[in-house]
Amino acid sequence: MARKTNIRANRNSHQAVSIDSHAPISFTFDGRTYQGCRGDTLASALLANNVHLTGRSFKYHRPRGIMAAGAEEPNALVGIGVGGRIEPNIKATQIELYDGLVAVSQNRFPSLKLDMGEINSVFSRFFPAGFYYKTFMWPASFWMGYEHIIRRAAGLGKASDTHQDPDRYEKRHAHFDIVVVGGGLAGLNAALQAANSGQRVLLAEDQHQCGGWLRSCDDIAIDGMAGHEWADKTALHLAEMENVTLLPRTTCFGYGDHNFLTLAERVTDHLAEKPAHLPRMRLWKVRARQVILATGAIERPLVFAGNDLPGVMLASAAQTYLNQYGVLAGGRGILTTNNDAAWHSAFALHEAGCLITAIVDTRENPAPAVLKQAAALGIQTRLGAGIIAAHGRLHIARVEIAPLTKTGDALAGEAEHFDCDLVLMSGGMNPVVHLHSQSRGKLKWDERTYCFRPSTSHEATQSVGACNGSFEPSRGIKEANAAALKAVKANGGAAEALDLPDIIARKINYTPMPIWQIPSGLPAGQGGKAFVDFQNDVTASDIQLAVREGYHSVEHVKRYTTTGMATDQGKTSNINALGILARERNAEIPAVGTTTFRMPYTPTSIGMIAGRDIGGLFDPVRVTPMDKWHREAGAKFEHVGQWMRAWYYPQKGESMEEAVHREVRAARQTAGLLDASTLGKIDIKGPDAAEFLNRIYTNSWLKLGVGNCRYGLMCKDDGMVMDDGVTTRLADDHFHMTTTTGGAAGVLDWLEEWQQTEWPELKVYLTSVTEQWAVATLSGPAAQEILNAAGTDIPLNNEGFRFMSMREGHVSGLPARIYRISFTGELSYEINVPARYGMALWTTLMRAGKTFGITPYGTEAMHVLRGEKGFIIVGQETDGTVTPHDLGMSWIVSDKKPDFIGKRALARQAMQASDRKQLVGLKTKDPKQVIPEGAHATLDPDQPPPVDMLGHVTSSYFSPNLGHSVAMALLRAGHTRMGQTVYFPMLDGSPPIEATITDTRFYDPKGERLNG
Amino acid sequence: MAESNIDRGVRALRDRKKHYSIFSLARQARNYHQGWQQAWRHAEPKAEYDAIIIGGGGHGLATAYYLASVHNMTNIAVIEKGWLGGGNTGRNTTIIRSNYLWDESASIYEHAMKLWEGLAQDLNFNIMFSQRGVLTIAHSEHELKEMSRRVHAIRLNGIDSDILSPEEIKKFVPIMNMDQNIRYPVMGGFLQKRGGTARHDAVAWGYARAADDMGVDIIQNCEVTGLRRQGRRIVGVETTKGLIKSRKVGCVVAGHSSILADMAGIRMPIASRPLQALVSEPIKPILDTVIMSNAVHMYISQSDKGEMVLGAGVDKYNSYAQRGSFPVPEHMLAAAVELFPVLSRLRMLRHWGGIVDTCPDASPIISRTDIDGLYFNCGWGTGGFKATPGSGHVFADLIANDRPNDIAAPYALSRFETGLLIDEHGAAGVAH
Ligand SMILES: Cc1cc2nc3c(=O)[nH]c(=O)nc-3n(C[C@H](O)[C@H](O)[C@H](O)COP(=O)(O)OP(=O)(O)OC[C@H]3O[C@@H](n4cnc5c(N)ncnc54)[C@H](O)[C@@H]3O)c2cc1C
Repeated sequence: MARKTNIRANRNSHQAVSIDSHAPISFTFDGRTYQGCRGDTLASALLANNVHLTGRSFKYHRPRGIMAAGAEEPNALVGIGVGGRIEPNIKATQIELYDGLVAVSQNRFPSLKLDMGEINSVFSRFFPAGFYYKTFMWPASFWMGYEHIIRRAAGLGKASDTHQDPDRYEKRHAHFDIVVVGGGLAGLNAALQAANSGQRVLLAEDQHQCGGWLRSCDDIAIDGMAGHEWADKTALHLAEMENVTLLPRTTCFGYGDHNFLTLAERVTDHLAEKPAHLPRMRLWKVRARQVILATGAIERPLVFAGNDLPGVMLASAAQTYLNQYGVLAGGRGILTTNNDAAWHSAFALHEAGCLITAIVDTRENPAPAVLKQAAALGIQTRLGAGIIAAHGRLHIARVEIAPLTKTGDALAGEAEHFDCDLVLMSGGMNPVVHLHSQSRGKLKWDERTYCFRPSTSHEATQSVGACNGSFEPSRGIKEANAAALKAVKANGGAAEALDLPDIIARKINYTPMPIWQIPSGLPAGQGGKAFVDFQNDVTASDIQLAVREGYHSVEHVKRYTTTGMATDQGKTSNINALGILARERNAEIPAVGTTTFRMPYTPTSIGMIAGRDIGGLFDPVRVTPMDKWHREAGAKFEHVGQWMRAWYYPQKGESMEEAVHREVRAARQTAGLLDASTLGKIDIKGPDAAEFLNRIYTNSWLKLGVGNCRYGLMCKDDGMVMDDGVTTRLADDHFHMTTTTGGAAGVLDWLEEWQQTEWPELKVYLTSVTEQWAVATLSGPAAQEILNAAGTDIPLNNEGFRFMSMREGHVSGLPARIYRISFTGELSYEINVPARYGMALWTTLMRAGKTFGITPYGTEAMHVLRGEKGFIIVGQETDGTVTPHDLGMSWIVSDKKPDFIGKRALARQAMQASDRKQLVGLKTKDPKQVIPEGAHATLDPDQPPPVDMLGHVTSSYFSPNLGHSVAMALLRAGHTRMGQTVYFPMLDGSPPIEATITDTRFYDPKGERLNG
Repeated sequence: MAESNIDRGVRALRDRKKHYSIFSLARQARNYHQGWQQAWRHAEPKAEYDAIIIGGGGHGLATAYYLASVHNMTNIAVIEKGWLGGGNTGRNTTIIRSNYLWDESASIYEHAMKLWEGLAQDLNFNIMFSQRGVLTIAHSEHELKEMSRRVHAIRLNGIDSDILSPEEIKKFVPIMNMDQNIRYPVMGGFLQKRGGTARHDAVAWGYARAADDMGVDIIQNCEVTGLRRQGRRIVGVETTKGLIKSRKVGCVVAGHSSILADMAGIRMPIASRPLQALVSEPIKPILDTVIMSNAVHMYISQSDKGEMVLGAGVDKYNSYAQRGSFPVPEHMLAAAVELFPVLSRLRMLRHWGGIVDTCPDASPIISRTDIDGLYFNCGWGTGGFKATPGSGHVFADLIANDRPNDIAAPYALSRFETGLLIDEHGAAGVAH
């Protein structure tokens, strides 16, 4: 075998149009250092260094090499990067080489050449498709053990174990008149025409240079230039136009409804040093008025025994390596094909110095032109023949070639043997119809070219060039221009057709012979493995087996064999699999159908899709204007929805319990101060505002006097409590509603929904003012004195300023609204000031209250204080299954109003049932014992599971003011159980807690403290 | 012409259904796997059946299997408009657990769990039920309290559930970000060790094969286009393959339940919405359990193949198109990276959506209707895969006896009139 070992000898620098052979860079693969050139892909650089073995297959651990040159590569997957930048499963064909790149092979142990997993290959007869469904079932308990081994063997690459991705990702939203996807011959022409018609154009190209196939072939001339020169020039011209955005290294991976495209731009992946100011990738979210897809085509492999050996390559890929990177993939090659086009790849390699010893074509009559050229080059041909088996251990060494019957179903003669170190294969072309299909466009099987082509579109989109099955360059150009003109017109633009470039290209008949598997001459299931899906190790006989077992639908075959489900997403395997399936089912390919294409076109970075919405920006934290004060006071914080609220303020050496008890006592003995700014606040205005509230809340609102406050409960349409709060009438047509902290956004949505969709006739306007007001709640016997000390022009005496009313004025010179409402049961003022004065208000009150023993208290003390009073918290005493009646709050449900949300639902039979869960109080037998919240009550603590549960504890605290614990619970028929004893079994196995059912008002049941 | 591949499978089927085992695998290996039987016949409809099940998803196939195996009703058919398991059964993320809050839920999901535990052997098909645990994590004081409530209820219902501290979680799931300073730090969690995942396709195929073995006709590519009634009685179904008669018809069509119900003049309290999921490229094992988070809103597991499987909540609009909107995966992946930073450097491989049928109380409907002989099993929403065996088992019982058993009774349609709802909303969050 004549292998060249010297890198330079492997390079043909005259032809290498995509690399700079004077810019050598070094990289490592599996720890060894190699040289490549700027512009290389990892695959081309490895081939240039004669490295062909790049990985091991998923299931059988067979040696695998580089088969393709683009996104369709199934075999050459490597891990790249170091530390937090480690990325597994990257196709070597898609890595732009940079200095210092570190790449490692995957799925092998201990080394690539000597892989223990290869033992699977030996036993492969026992592992056909779906074998695991048929075994590993006995004994049942062993499955987890088997599975452990299966899991370890599965998976491909390894994720980083340092876990922190040091890179940053960005997103951009953009609108364009016309988006062109793909910068090959067709795409460049479409973009040119669109741009010259004054449209705002985005041209996205996957590679770092435009040109596509123009870079790989050497037989297309445009306007007197070589194809790639024309591409470079045109791209440059486009990039300079103001109305054009040209994005190289950008993959359009998704095509959603209403021409919504998602594109991944790789910004720094190709750089050795990653500049700190640049994101690694940018996600473009684009709305396009018109889309032109020019995504090209992918060559199909042929299915024959041993077609997966390193050294077996797509013919077009070998030509790409030669012309773009100056690399000869071998020294002694054989082409096996079913079409004319691939012959030219073989000729190109032959002329560059790779001896093509034979061209094997399954057809008997290729075009005379290619036969003539082969003869002129002295290449032998075998017509009506195929490679029936390929041999070699870690690399292709020998093939068997045999004549086939006319239909290609069977052998028609003896096999000959040929030595070789390279096999070029070509089974025809697959247009890249993925994006068209993602956009819900239909596909049609083309009987002339034997491939799926786009048919009708669902979106404003057109496919042009090879992705439309128009492989002929001159036809592709025409199509592209026409499509661009059509798009311009559809956008209302004035379009003048540009002169088409002058193109000289060889005339090629692209029609392949439909042959989906080359027979091996052996009965089905025997002989070497003929791969359909290389990465997932799915063979032709696996597909046959699936059909034999009744898995006929293409989706069943896919799922049973896993064909098409690997990281190349079936780009090279789908059509061959369909062909074999159709043959096995005695059906036509279009009748068998195709699986749907979905986002993403190629595997897409998760980090990029997450973008910047992680870390601190995952969900912005909301804080109150007084937040800084709480922090400086050493408060502990609690998450409440998006808010961070002061939870309690421990003093030196204090435990949480001690701190909370101190705060709770102070609020009842002197005064406490709570930051209540997070409460939801909605400004409700309009002539129908009172009527609107009357329908939303369960109680009556029409007659509430101006300046007065009222507590309200709102129910969902199912009659269940959804939120509560105090709402105040500011004027006849103006109300200020408060909601729970966590419920604020949901309540506003709810109100808007009813207003907009059900009661559009009501004149009401809703505005969230949560963040416009800062609120300090001053509560306790000394509240009035402190407020007076702080200085206010509002008379505070109980007669002038009654409970449940609001006064507007000033506090210490700050404009304020004071609401006399109470969530503690003490004399209490909720002082609202414009948010910017929040801190001033807080510090003023703290200063004024100092001599009175004012104590800031947090949310935990607030919970205990209201718990002592038996006040509910929506979301704690309720969970969407609790009615106002269940809460013992029938008094708040009007029976006079004609309607309110939930009224009808509350009339249903089950709402009247006597065994509903109802809110009650609990006193533990041992007053010091606090029942854990969430514990469930039962009458008989000794019964075995399933235990008859009465319900659960919703709130539970130790009350320092009462000297015993207080709890509330929702218990079945609770209101009829006053005085009963219930038991709460404990999770940790300690004895059940015993408690008596009581009223929920534990402290000051008559409410005498409200007036101080 | 030589015997075709399909014929070989059919001929082999004429013999009694052969057991799958390590021995049959070895025997077939010697024979180059030429002797395997068809897993099920590709039946054409007969004129009449004792019962018809519409919908060849997991629930429908399980119903047929239990009708045949438990109730001896073998002259029955499953009618599927596309390919078996092509609905939500083949699209879901396969989380299985029974740690539900309400007694009614606990009872049906635990019934299913017990059936899962012997299902591979019952069906003689390895459905890869993998009890690697389902861990639900809490990110706030409020969630910790919710968790306590749930664990108390679950335990008293005799179902396994353990509370894990942050330290224990760190050990159990080393790749989780346990930094207590992140936006929503992981403050604890509860684990159902018996929970886990199963191979969704295998569930459909295993039930189909076992049902077929008892004589059930499985009819694919046959869409039901109408329900034939005589007065208040069902007498058959109109299909793309003609009228098929039966006096018992069970509808198990998940996302299309409202459409089927409409054919019988019934209005279902169901909203159909897209639910999306996605997988990463396969990598070597890094996650050996299922994690669910309500506050951060995503859930994740790693398949036996090595793919990270992720999902979140439904899209907020009604639709029958099996695709969702892009902001959902954006948010889902941000949440995922936040909790599992290692994911940032992995890549999304496949992404898809299914249409889920959700009831106002987030619980299913297993019910008779006003039309005699017409039954519905639907409304499983985002979380019905886990119920598959239990759902099929009780639905078969309902169809065979024309009355619900204790497990099914609470799920009658009438609950939307009486108000006896089983509201799992508050309890479920991300309900899978
Ligand atoms: C993305 C996603 C993730 C999910 N994750 C989970 C999870 O982790 N855990 C969990 O427990 N659940 C999950 N679910 C929910 C679960 O998938 C479903 O609840 C369950 O699979 C429903 O099963 P089924 O058999 O009722 O429905 P399907 O599998 O949808 O079966 C219904 C069948 O009816 C057929 N049909 C419809 N109309 C007709 C007609 N007119 N004639 C004939 N046939 C018809 C359909 O083609 C379909 O095959 C998820 C769902 C989705 C979409």
